[in-house]
Amino acid sequence: MLPSLTILLVCQLAGEVIARLFKLPIPGPVVGMMLLFAGLVIRRGIPENLEKTGTTLLSHLSLLFIPAGVGITVHLKLLADEWLPIVVALIVSTVITLAVTGLVMQVLARGKKS
Amino acid sequence: MMPDDLQAIWVYLETSPLLGLTATLLAYQAAHWLWRKGHMTPLLNPVLLSILMIGGFLMAAGIDYRTYFNGAQFVHFLLGPATVALAIPLYRQIRLLLRSLTAVVVGLLVGATTAAASAMGLAWALGASERTILSLGPKSATAPIAMAVSESIGGLPSLSAVMAILTGITGSVVAVWVLDAVRVRNEAARGLAIGTASHGIGTARAIQLGEVTGAFSGLAMGLTAITTTLLVPLLVGLMFR
Repeated sequence: MLPSLTILLVCQLAGEVIARLFKLPIPGPVVGMMLLFAGLVIRRGIPENLEKTGTTLLSHLSLLFIPAGVGITVHLKLLADEWLPIVVALIVSTVITLAVTGLVMQVLARGKKS
Repeated sequence: MMPDDLQAIWVYLETSPLLGLTATLLAYQAAHWLWRKGHMTPLLNPVLLSILMIGGFLMAAGIDYRTYFNGAQFVHFLLGPATVALAIPLYRQIRLLLRSLTAVVVGLLVGATTAAASAMGLAWALGASERTILSLGPKSATAPIAMAVSESIGGLPSLSAVMAILTGITGSVVAVWVLDAVRVRNEAARGLAIGTASHGIGTARAIQLGEVTGAFSGLAMGLTAITTTLLVPLLVGLMFR
């Protein structure tokens, strides 16, 4: 648990440093994800410990969004004033994005198989 | 016990990080239990339920958000290492990823553009304020990225975080219905759609749907974060100038 958590943190730290050093528009943890991915490709496999820790962390991914989500309480007035455009934009745009992205990828992936 | 003692205990609890952290874990587990009891119906989304429970509790107890976050930040912090850990399911799917690389890149670019343009366009058409429209632009990227992009285009970062979270919840609630309705059955395509539209909260749902779906959703979430930071400022430039 401890060594593998350290690996994740080291990747994140390196990601944050690289993102800032090269003024990348990409967030540090995402750079960290790329670094870990590159590491796994070079190593040609996932260490057992890392796999266990990663899977545990990801199985509770929902939990990690709650603190930021509770921030909604700060914006209740604005949400009450502009609820209609916000609700419509969120729902309709999410539905369209899901459908468009899924269809584009499915069509292209199918085209390649044949 | 004397009322003064109770008062003193409450003053301690109100300011200690212990209460916010414990409340977050309790609410999440209660929400998870309810969601399982409800046969995992997407409407009982655990993130949504937890936010409602904690938000209600904070308002009833008169605790402000910053005090709560003081404790909850320990959970919030784990988002970073969890994002890094998304490389693990992605690596397991490396063969599938390489085989469908073009489809992934095109699907993602089309999807991320659709997400930002449709949200800002709809909000504009329905008369939202400019601040709200701008805050909606980066909503399909995960909350910390949405906040950074929002700041750079003149939106309200904290509002963008809320929009991103609401988008994530919307995505995880409607994803299966929408994708079934338009007959997207390819598991990789389903994952890419969920991750592009609804970042990490959607990915948490996609992981439950299956290994391939979860991995592609995680990949899409990471790539959408990158695409959004590059694309949304461009779109805003086109729309507002």
